[in-house]
Amino acid sequence: MWSFSKISKLIDSWLSVHFSSTWTMVIEMVIAGIAVITLFALLGLVLVLMERRVAAWIQIRLGPNRVGPGGMLQSLADTLKLLVKEGMTPDGADKFLFNLAPFIAMIVAMLLMAPIAFASDFQLWNLNIGVLYVTAISSLMVISILMAGWASNNKYSLMGAMRSGAQIVSYELSAGLSIMSIVVLSGSLNLNEIILSQADGWWIFKGHIPVVIAFIIFIIAVTAETNRAPFDLAEAESELTAGFHTEYSGMKFALFFLAEYINVFIVCAIGATLFLGGWMPLHIGHWQAFNHVMDFIPSSIWFFGKTFFLIFLIMWFRWTFPRLRIDQLLDLEWKYLLPISIFNILLITLMAILGWHF
Amino acid sequence: MVEEIGSTAAGDIIINVGPQHPATHGVLHLVITINGETIQKVEPHLGYIHRSIEKMCESLTYRQFIYVTSRMDYLSSHINNHACALCVEKGLQIEVPSRAQVIRVLMDELTRIASHELWWGAMAMDLGAFTPFFHAFREREAINDIMEETCGARLTMNYMVPGGVMQDIHPNFQRRVKEFIALFKSKVNEYNELVTGNIIFQNRMKGVGNLSAADAISFGCTGPTARGSGVSCDIRKLYPYEIYETLNFEEILETGGDSFARYMVRVREMSQSISIIEQLIDNIPEGDFQAKTKAVLKLPKGEFYQRVETARGEFGVYMVSEGGTTPYRIKYRSPGFSNLSALDHMARGSKLGDLVAMMGTLDLVIPDIDR
Repeated sequence: MWSFSKISKLIDSWLSVHFSSTWTMVIEMVIAGIAVITLFALLGLVLVLMERRVAAWIQIRLGPNRVGPGGMLQSLADTLKLLVKEGMTPDGADKFLFNLAPFIAMIVAMLLMAPIAFASDFQLWNLNIGVLYVTAISSLMVISILMAGWASNNKYSLMGAMRSGAQIVSYELSAGLSIMSIVVLSGSLNLNEIILSQADGWWIFKGHIPVVIAFIIFIIAVTAETNRAPFDLAEAESELTAGFHTEYSGMKFALFFLAEYINVFIVCAIGATLFLGGWMPLHIGHWQAFNHVMDFIPSSIWFFGKTFFLIFLIMWFRWTFPRLRIDQLLDLEWKYLLPISIFNILLITLMAILGWHF
Repeated sequence: MVEEIGSTAAGDIIINVGPQHPATHGVLHLVITINGETIQKVEPHLGYIHRSIEKMCESLTYRQFIYVTSRMDYLSSHINNHACALCVEKGLQIEVPSRAQVIRVLMDELTRIASHELWWGAMAMDLGAFTPFFHAFREREAINDIMEETCGARLTMNYMVPGGVMQDIHPNFQRRVKEFIALFKSKVNEYNELVTGNIIFQNRMKGVGNLSAADAISFGCTGPTARGSGVSCDIRKLYPYEIYETLNFEEILETGGDSFARYMVRVREMSQSISIIEQLIDNIPEGDFQAKTKAVLKLPKGEFYQRVETARGEFGVYMVSEGGTTPYRIKYRSPGFSNLSALDHMARGSKLGDLVAMMGTLDLVIPDIDR
């Protein structure tokens, strides 16, 4: 099978012949960084276009279809527009924090990219505490939103930021507990090992109903954590005009926008990795022939297929549901999702100890 | 005068919602005092789209002034025009041919459905759901096409003239209205699935924006806003005009008094309008579409008042004539203005997100409030 590791090993051996080991490492890091940024930009373009096409499909209209074949260059044109737009800083804003906030949003999203396994041998950083790293770094997202809301010197922005703060901090609990349920089952914090533990079946199939419940709670919680409808209270267009990024324009706005989509991609990638087996093909017990056929589909297609399925699900939510009110939002988390998650993780722990899963 | 920037001594923040704000659907300016997310006070500031339509009407002839009223409540322009035409006919004591009467009522009810469709989409959009807006516009588009064929315009129809309607209906009219009825009936379940039955939507609407029947009367609320509180105020039933007394339809009343009750009134009213159209569409009598009137209309000296039921409530035209070719004084009673005045009472103590939902259920059209 064709794989990324051949290319990376080729580059590595070529570099180590020509440079000292320190320089090899530095150059490899730069290449990896460029790869992440490129992937970042490409994903942003694809996801924005996908959102618009999905929205159009749900809303019985056509969506972008004029720029390029099938409207594929539309997001590129939008990016160009945003690049040449003036990035204004309002009077009375805390200039340093105001300009820093979008970059923090971006950096957090980039950091989250590191431990994700895109294919069977394509992972930037095989971190042994990958799950912990992801949950820890994703909490930093709230800082950029609070910073943007506070520094804008705008009451709408501040209200959006305060809402977002309450929301992200709350929903992290049940997202974390859902993630932990898979850690309990697989016995590892390493994302790659979690994927390998699903070689004989994905956790959503192996883990019976408790894992399905954990998966549903995970999807709800990450939708809230990424500030997407029906939990988009931080932006709440009809209430707060644009929430925390009301005062942002041009590329600074684009960075927030991009970070939102990348975050959606990342949480869906994590969801696909934990519950749907990441790049692991669909294997069913002892059906050797079936499993063999499934192995022929490249692992990257499995990973992106699952991830984009979850992204589609989250987009579907956005274009179907009305927005919750702030007190209902917090009620949902603290009165329903969190108690269910706590009970559920106890059940899963029991299941893991007694070996009741497949 | 409210201090526009800053906060009050109690630590409340003052926020300007509007005049440019997505939730106000126009240039309405609300100065709201909030404590955290809880609303303490709502103060509407009006006048951003005041065009002195009443004064303008006083310098136009009795044939001309009707057209200006299309620009007030632009979502029920037919019904505004209708009120003015009826008022002039009252003064001149013109007998309107029965064909014209039926066409007028048909157009009124089509307008009411179109207006409620737009309200339904905008209401859902206020609550953060964008998709219903497009679904509502699919049906509204069919009505607009019917209007375009017969009246020549899609929004400001200017179809009613003193004595009847401007021209006869288009040959396609009956067929296309029937097509629309079939389309609407096949899609109305979608509305309930997408919005009415949605648990998030119901939680957002039920129990917020409470308006008791007594308060609805004291604020002068009319239309679906008052009927949601159980106040019977349908002008078509109470003070029937044209052929409404011969028609078989019910006045929708809900007793909840909250946002959901007002929502349900409008959704159920759409079906009532459909039933009115069904009763009339095959029974349009033959005859003239316009009564014979003089080229220059001169109303006798006196005062005339005519009220009609628009999509938003009671719309009244008060006209004083000195016997000339133009009205001496015109005063419009617009439903939006009175309904808006109840907003402060409804919103106090609820959350900021609820304010948007309440404004949605009041179905505000800003040019109707300011005139």
